[in-house]
This record gives sequence, structure tokens and C-alpha cells, in this order.
Amino acid sequence: MTLNTRYTTPAIVLHWLVALLVFVGFPLGVYMHELPLSPTKLQLYSYHKWIGITVLLLAGLRVIWRLTHRPPPLPDSVVRWQRQVSAVVHGLLYVLLLAIPLSGWLMSSAKGFPVVWFGVLPLPDLVDKNRELGDLLVGVHQVLNFTLLGLVILHVAAALKHHFIERQPFLQRMGWSKQEQL
Amino acid sequence: MKPTIRYWALLAALATPAAHAVEYRTVLPKQSAISFEFRQMGVPVAGGFKRFTTQMVFDPAKPEAASARIEIDLASIDAGSVEADDESAGKLWFDRSVYPKAVFTASQVRALGNNRYEMRGTLTLKGKSRPLVVPVTYRPGQNAATFDGAFILNRLEFGIGEGMWADVATVANEVQVKFRIAASGR
Repeated sequence: MTLNTRYTTPAIVLHWLVALLVFVGFPLGVYMHELPLSPTKLQLYSYHKWIGITVLLLAGLRVIWRLTHRPPPLPDSVVRWQRQVSAVVHGLLYVLLLAIPLSGWLMSSAKGFPVVWFGVLPLPDLVDKNRELGDLLVGVHQVLNFTLLGLVILHVAAALKHHFIERQPFLQRMGWSKQEQL
Repeated sequence: MKPTIRYWALLAALATPAAHAVEYRTVLPKQSAISFEFRQMGVPVAGGFKRFTTQMVFDPAKPEAASARIEIDLASIDAGSVEADDESAGKLWFDRSVYPKAVFTASQVRALGNNRYEMRGTLTLKGKSRPLVVPVTYRPGQNAATFDGAFILNRLEFGIGEGMWADVATVANEVQVKFRIAASGR
């Protein structure tokens, strides 16, 4: 019997691509919205939106992949409540990775700025221009993002704890190495 | 409908323009609009001006005698967002405290046929005057006629968006301007 201790390669690639984009897009969003209007600000907003739409696409693929592929089993050391929390956190992470770009896209539509992916592909407006809705969605986008930040910290901390403190083979689940690190 | 009624209606329709030529002088502001669209980072942004005054005289029987003058209050701009409205007032854009208005004066109108006209004139914006040729479509109506025109304004010719904003890769040079002037005739 071969013990499957890694996610499938497509899941791993998607996980790290999305992680990379979130780690760029999140601070970019925090930084850019305080800037006074300038060409740089317009450029950063566009890059942020391109990143967001890419996350939406990749996270969509990732959710489909997750629903059709079983993740590797957790080590026996992970106790029942941790398994339950893990399931909830992973579920929320998937939801947020879809909901956050969507809330941004909705915000952009409500503020009257269509999203043109990479400056080339115009995406449809999800709602009509509406200032109140636009302002509301700014708040929604922020709350969802800071919820994501909290969950990502928890997610990373748990993985590190299992691997380094409990000394269970854990990081290889999302790692590049195909070798068992038992 | 009875044939006779249709006959009289047709006759009346044909007879009206010839019977008394209409001269359009009274502009209806609520049915008139000036809008524009430009691209920033490839994204179309729509805007417009809410306040402008139009003086015009147009008689379709004597288009060459037509005159028009449009004055736009630049403070009434909708540039797509409050942030952009505020920014547009500054020195790099309209420099509105010095140049509060944009003025277009038509100097020549030429009939192109099919209710289409070519209007030549001068646009003055931010202290710079440039000749402008605008195709205009005239649509006679029951109570008012409409005059629709559209042209491309190259913002940099007027120094609109100077300094850091002169980079056309971020904000395009071309601004598509459209207007509709409604006027009642006598």
C-alpha cells in the first residue's frame, strides 16, 4: 500500500499560485487606496483588479479540483477537534478566495469602472453604477479581506505547528518534493 | 385606418416643411446633454457636463445662415468619480479657477444631405483655441428638434492633463465627446 501524503500536483500548483497572488494583491490593495489620485494610483488599481480576477479564476479551478479529488489524509496526531476546525477553515478559505474578488468586481462595477482584465479583456459589469452600493462594497471587501488575513495566519500557523512542534510530516502535503519525508 | 385619413396625413406631412420653414432658436436644456468617454488603463470611463448654455439659430431651409455658441460650466463635470471631479479642477487639468468655461462657437454650417450637416467652429478650452469640425445630425420632431454631434477631442492639444498626466498610456489622449441639443422651433 502506498501512502498518499501529498495533494495532487495541480492542487499544489494552484495553491501556491493563489497564495503568491494574494500575498501581492492584499498589500497592494491596502497601499493603493490611501494614495492621492495619480497615474500611478490608476495603474496600481488596474494591477490589483487583474490580480483579483486571476485569483477568482484560479480559485474557481481549485474548488472544482478539490471537489473532485480527495486530499491526503491528515496524520493520526491531528485530533478530532483540529480536524473539524481544519475543515471549517479550509471551507472558509475557498469561499473567501471566490467572494473577495467577486466583491471587488462588484465594487468596481458599482463605482462605474468596468474591469478590463490585463487591459485587454473587458468583463461585464455585475451591477449598474450606484454610489451607495459602491461605498457599501468597499466595507464588504475590507471585512472579507481582513477575515482572510486572520484565517491565513491560522492556516499557516497550524501547518507550521504540526510540522515543527509536533514533528509530524506535514509541509510536504503542499510541497514540491515527491519524496516521503517520514 | 381609412385611406382618406392616411392620404390627408401624408399630404400634411409633406406640406409642413415647405409651408412654413421652422427656425430653431429656443434651446431646451433638460432635453440637451453633453457627455464624454475616455479610457484609462484601457477602461472606458463615462462622464459629462450638467450645466451648459446654448445659443443657436438654425433654419433647415438656410443652414448656411445657422449660428451656434455653447458655453460649458466646467465645474459641472462628472468625470466618473468624485475623486476625478476634484482632480479635474486643478492646474494640470482644466485649471478651473483661471478658465472656468469651455466655449464652442460655430462659424460655418454646411448641408451634407439626409439631415446631416458639417459644423465648423472654434473650441476654446484652458485658454487655447483650436478649429473643430463636427458632423451633426438634425432630427425634426413634433415639439422639438434634436441636433446630435460627436467628435474626438485630443486632450493634450488643449493642455488638459499636463505633467504626470500627459502619459497617454494611463489616460488616453482621445476623448470621445457627444452632445445632443434639443430646440423648439417657430
